[in-house]
Amino acid sequence: MVNFFLLILIYSGIYALMAIGQNLITGYTGMLSLCQAGFFAIGSYVTAILATSLGWSLWATLPVAALLSAMFGVLIGLPTLRLKGDYLAIATLGFGEIVRNVLNNWDSLTGGPMGIQRIPMATIFSFTINPYKKWAFLALVILIVVISYYLFERLGRSRMGRALQAIRDDEIAAASMGINVTKYKVWAFAIGASVAGIAGSLQSVFSLSVTPNSYTFMVSIMVLCMVVLGGMGNFAAVILGAFIIQLISYFPQLTGLSSVIPPQFKQILFGLILVVMMIWRPQGIIGVRSYRVGQKKSKAKGAK
Amino acid sequence: MALLNIDNISVSYGSIKALKQVSMHVNEGDIVSLIGANGAGKSTLLKAIVGLEPLVEGSITFEDEIICCDTVSKSVPTEKIAKKGIALVPEGRRVFADMSVEENLDMGAFLIRDEEVIRKKKEEMYDFFPILGARRKQKTRSLSGGEQQMMAIARALMSSPRMILLDEPGLGLAPLIIQDIFDKIAYINKSENVTVFLVEQNARMALKASTEGYVMENGRIVLSGSSKDLLNNDSVQSAYLGA
Repeated sequence: MVNFFLLILIYSGIYALMAIGQNLITGYTGMLSLCQAGFFAIGSYVTAILATSLGWSLWATLPVAALLSAMFGVLIGLPTLRLKGDYLAIATLGFGEIVRNVLNNWDSLTGGPMGIQRIPMATIFSFTINPYKKWAFLALVILIVVISYYLFERLGRSRMGRALQAIRDDEIAAASMGINVTKYKVWAFAIGASVAGIAGSLQSVFSLSVTPNSYTFMVSIMVLCMVVLGGMGNFAAVILGAFIIQLISYFPQLTGLSSVIPPQFKQILFGLILVVMMIWRPQGIIGVRSYRVGQKKSKAKGAK
Repeated sequence: MALLNIDNISVSYGSIKALKQVSMHVNEGDIVSLIGANGAGKSTLLKAIVGLEPLVEGSITFEDEIICCDTVSKSVPTEKIAKKGIALVPEGRRVFADMSVEENLDMGAFLIRDEEVIRKKKEEMYDFFPILGARRKQKTRSLSGGEQQMMAIARALMSSPRMILLDEPGLGLAPLIIQDIFDKIAYINKSENVTVFLVEQNARMALKASTEGYVMENGRIVLSGSSKDLLNNDSVQSAYLGA
């Protein structure tokens, strides 16, 4: 039981990293992106491939995973960021699926649908972080979440953070203040992607194997749920959101009711959470600033 | 030489020409108004000046330097135009509603890195618009329309621009409040030596407040001259002043 709870905490941490990135992209900048799973997959496969074929340690693969995810973030960002709202969501959704399909079919590099097995465990000063001994792995995850939280919190309060919020509130006004809208949007996208890449690295040294099926669209939806549930624009809140969503998704196993409750149950629940939150508490359960997609426009019209 | 010179520009939205060979100029220190009906192309012209709409032909120069022309690569991007000293107060105010008044003013000073300058500038704005000083910690969302308009103007002035473009500052406001805002604009023009380019549907107010005026119809400039002459012009009177 304790072990199972630790597992949930570890997954909460890994997803919290993705949620932190999603929060920068969606909560701060107002871009509805649905491809954290794609960046998560890229990070995982970078670590898996470099560790198995070149024998790199986790620590050497982490920056590569972050950088490569960020690069793909820029690559997808540059052409799609002029799209808004649902159009951006659709374009990014497509990107996530492309990544998964490439991983599924590039047999020589990714092992195709079988994925990559026997990924070496992470080590730190000759101490092996064995994923079966969950305390050590949890400590590693918490360490990385705390560092990321600190850095993103700083970023959110910085000049760049203010620019992103201005872009979210009103792009035209932001541009006429002298803010380079495209540049900041691409940066937000790249930084948000890089932290999802790091989450991917952790995932692959935790499960010690990667298969394309772990990176479905459902992952991106879960991450979005975490941000909406916790509170858009608040990094601490989205970490809490990550924990709650993980608890919910393991609820059947946790209560021993997995034979009664069908596995599809969590997808229904996620949809329900999104709807309920949007109607009654759009700022999230914590949420420092009230922000609602589409509210900006109706208000501007009301002011006329 | 004029501070802002618009030379024969056209702007299209797809196959529809919104601006047709428009030429005009704004001299340093003046208040120039552009009047015209809904859909005449006034806002499009302002957007073109700050680089938000690409030109099909013609060019716009600011301080003898080309800022917009028909090739994108030679045009200056919007954020750099702001840096050169043109501040736009967009139509419908477009304030950052979730930020406080003070944070909005901070955003206006985005290009200024010196905290001390920003602080002084903010105090100056609170002197200009005492109501903003009283509400500096309030969310902009909770301000009235007139207060939001004043805040939008103050935000534009934060960067100490050479020239300020006002897009329908009187939109949706009570006549008394519009008068108040126009008085402020005249005062700022004098005391700060900021050149003002004013776009308005409220022709009488705009012409009274300005020195030079232009009249736009269907994307063309149809009349121009000193504001006094325009106020007395028969066709302007019948079309815009309801006389």
